[in-house]
Amino acid sequence: MVTVARPTDAIWACLDRVMDPEVPVLSVVELGIVRHVEVDDRGAVTVAVTPTYSGCPAMRVIEHDIVEALAVGGWPGVQVRTVFTPAWTTDWIGEGARRKLAEYGIAPPRRGGEGGEGGEGGEGREERGDEALVPLRRSAPRVECPYCHSSATTLRSEFGSTACKAVMYCERCRQPFELFKAI
Amino acid sequence: MTAPATPSTALAMDGATGGALVEYLLRLGDDRLVLGHRLSEWCGHAPILEEDIALANIALDLIGQATLLLRLAAQIEGAGRDENALAYLRESIDYHNVLMVELPRGDFAFTVVRQFLFSVAAFYQLEALARSVHEELAGIAAKALKETRYHVRHVGEWVIKLGDGTAESHERAQAALDALWRFTGEMFLMDAVDDTLVRAGIAADMAPVEPKWHAQVTDVVRRATLALPEGAYMQRGGRVGRHTEHLGLMLSEMQILQRSYPGAKW
Repeated sequence: MVTVARPTDAIWACLDRVMDPEVPVLSVVELGIVRHVEVDDRGAVTVAVTPTYSGCPAMRVIEHDIVEALAVGGWPGVQVRTVFTPAWTTDWIGEGARRKLAEYGIAPPRRGGEGGEGGEGGEGREERGDEALVPLRRSAPRVECPYCHSSATTLRSEFGSTACKAVMYCERCRQPFELFKAI
Repeated sequence: MTAPATPSTALAMDGATGGALVEYLLRLGDDRLVLGHRLSEWCGHAPILEEDIALANIALDLIGQATLLLRLAAQIEGAGRDENALAYLRESIDYHNVLMVELPRGDFAFTVVRQFLFSVAAFYQLEALARSVHEELAGIAAKALKETRYHVRHVGEWVIKLGDGTAESHERAQAALDALWRFTGEMFLMDAVDDTLVRAGIAADMAPVEPKWHAQVTDVVRRATLALPEGAYMQRGGRVGRHTEHLGLMLSEMQILQRSYPGAKW
């Protein structure tokens, strides 16, 4: 039996080749910012995307790249619609994409959304005593250096070269590196 | 034609509610645009590189939030303006931000203390707005809330570092807190615009926001070894367009390009 591919499958495959301009190892699909693809009765394609941050300056470039890639792929005149609900979270970055980030030199985000880089997963959250907006004391970050894999790393700043990254420093290999911020 | 008024059509169709919502979105958007601009003035001037980048990042978040809020205001207004026209072509009298955000950036302590006082209020307000019955506003708020959590923590830690730091940093942080205190009350004022929208389930009721803000601010101020100001007199005026002289000067700089070359793009 032959499985008939849905028409949107080919569009998704094409979108998976559109790379994020600021994190060029991940496609916009891997990053989780493409939310839906719709094809209406007349064949008009609409792609819904959601921004990573409200002020992400790459959104216009991403829209342009999506329109262009799909035009080349045989879908001219695609409409790109911006959606805000539900709000983007780094939890939408899959396992494969997390590995690619680490190989590229960016530590992947802690799971569980925003709330600081104080710890890894739920455990860190409990240690911080939780939902304190301004924690009294931060637990040591348990972020692995993407270069030497040491856990002896420190948070230099929660705000880095782009809205989505924090600046870390590895005490073992003495190398600054970026961390994809959990949000 | 009389269609049964479901909540959503009432939301979209009622002129009074629509007008109030445009005004409300302008207030939310203007607070962020003006404060974002003030923060961006630090770009290239902050005390250390990491902080320069952090302030620019927070400014970017605020200006991004302002873009979304003003765009929504323009769409609902339906007068052919867009978010850029609202940002670059309005006079100061038509800006409805609170006075606190337009004050000159001052020293680093002033910038940090102001950002803390604003961000904590914004956090609890956005928490409520994320539950708004207005779906687009709720979506923008939910997104902004995630960003604001990072802002509060960052500047909150700075307030503690400065207050509990050297004699000079303590003195500067205290002076900033004292100077800013009388501008904080305006963030919680509510008028007919708020009342209409709170009743419709669209806006955030600031009455429960204020005590949460006060508790969080008090906690950090105490940990920073600073003294909470006691003055009860509060300045107001920004929400109705009565501004300090500082806003006009800021706008003249922010708007000069669009004023000189209308419609310029690059």
